[in-house]
Amino acid sequence: MDAHEREQARQVVLDPLVDNNPITLQILGICSALAVTTTLAASLLMCLALTTVVTFSNASISMIRNHVPSSIRIIVQMTIIASLVIVVDQLLKAFAYDVAKTLSVFVGLIITNCIVLGRAEAFAMKNPPMISMLDGLGNGLGYSLVLIAVGATRELFGSGTLLGYTVLPSVNDGGWYYTNGLMLLPPSAFFIIGLMIWGIRSWRTVQMEKPDFEIRQAHHSEVV
Amino acid sequence: MTQAGDNNMSKQNEPSAKPQTATQPVVMQVSRAGEQSSNQDLAGGVKGKLRRIMLRPNDSTAKTLLVTFMLCLGCSLLVSAAAVLLRPTQAANAMLDRQRNIVQVAGLLEEGGDVQSAFKNVKSRIVNLDTGEFTDEFNGSDFDQTLAARDPALSTALSKDEDIAGIGRRSRFAEVYLIGSGDNFDKIVLPVHGLGLWSTLYGFVSLQSDLTTIAGLKFYQHAETPGLGGEVDNPVWQGKWSGKLAFDAAGDVAIEVVKGVVDPAGARAAWQVDGLAGATLTSRGVSNLLQFWLDDQGFGTFIENLKQREAS
Repeated sequence: MDAHEREQARQVVLDPLVDNNPITLQILGICSALAVTTTLAASLLMCLALTTVVTFSNASISMIRNHVPSSIRIIVQMTIIASLVIVVDQLLKAFAYDVAKTLSVFVGLIITNCIVLGRAEAFAMKNPPMISMLDGLGNGLGYSLVLIAVGATRELFGSGTLLGYTVLPSVNDGGWYYTNGLMLLPPSAFFIIGLMIWGIRSWRTVQMEKPDFEIRQAHHSEVV
Repeated sequence: MTQAGDNNMSKQNEPSAKPQTATQPVVMQVSRAGEQSSNQDLAGGVKGKLRRIMLRPNDSTAKTLLVTFMLCLGCSLLVSAAAVLLRPTQAANAMLDRQRNIVQVAGLLEEGGDVQSAFKNVKSRIVNLDTGEFTDEFNGSDFDQTLAARDPALSTALSKDEDIAGIGRRSRFAEVYLIGSGDNFDKIVLPVHGLGLWSTLYGFVSLQSDLTTIAGLKFYQHAETPGLGGEVDNPVWQGKWSGKLAFDAAGDVAIEVVKGVVDPAGARAAWQVDGLAGATLTSRGVSNLLQFWLDDQGFGTFIENLKQREAS
């Protein structure tokens, strides 16, 4: 691996963390980010599942990319992704039964997660297996970063716990913290992700989108 | 997945080892393939044929079909291998989960205790809900109440008035668990289910040997809002059920979940449990499903029979 390749590898893994984050910049995969982030444990497992799927789907799609007929390429990609998701779901049911029970339906929905299909179509179909795998890993980690942040915020303020351990003793359990019920409902994830996007774009101003069109300033003499 | 990938990789690599065929224009290859087919069939057989299809343009019908077939074969092998290899672990998990719920609702499981050793005192029996008698029609391990409720031969449809738990069909049989030795059980665990706000709640209620005092209530499967209806899983709330009375003096089902907090001085306090804050519909669902399953449509007849047997 020469210096150029190493630099490229570093870039495809690190770029999706902040600079090209699939959730905060590309606004993909929002649905699962809303649904599974009520507790940190569920978020972590979802991150693990998605990162595994996107890494291996990118690798395997890249391996057969030269033989995929373009007319059925999306179906080919979906078949591979769906098979991987089923395997991951089966593994979770076998080795993390309790969390898998609450997550099962959302793990199935990884099949329709835009990030996975997006990376397959945009990157894995055009690049060799190794770098595609790293790209999948990077995007999985970028997704995980956001999910973990949202999951931690929601669990802390919604239930007063982190990973099930009490941090803020809630009134229900005889403590002082009045839990914020809104945090446990999906809309709160919208607010948190919205604030995150605002924060990141204020910090990295490159990420700000240009307005689609300029509003023309009318001169006062034009106004009748 | 990597299996399918490797297959295709090798197919891709083999021709490149023989550049004279790989670099030829595609149209030429197809026509040459036709001319030489008899020779190569003798030499390479099916393998040679497949290799020639792989050399065709990606969008040719034959190659599209071949790639699709190999992909599906690879994927189905992977999926079925995962399903078959992991099934024993999954079944063991599901069984352990069920047993844990049963021993927890009966209060047999100490903190950090072993589920399987606690489950040794539990005996499962199938009950015919219409007659209220035990039946030996099923082998205990084979009976699945959720499946039975869908089977017209094993279940009855409920009319709108009867169906206060919102379950549509009711299985005519149910698996109950007796804790203790022989017919002299200490506690009995009954499976219950019914509609909450978003989902059907599946759980167990356990009764003391007087068949009136509730020993515990626990749900093992539901999809209520976490933090609101999901608080049915809260051990503090579950603890409030212990010692409440299911039936009043006349023998009618009287247990209910009230809105807000139960007034301890109230006349009906022994039959009432605090509602879940912010989860009125889930609380009402729990009320309804208990009233359904403890009444004549559910285990009412069975409980009545057991009471008479004890009295006699």
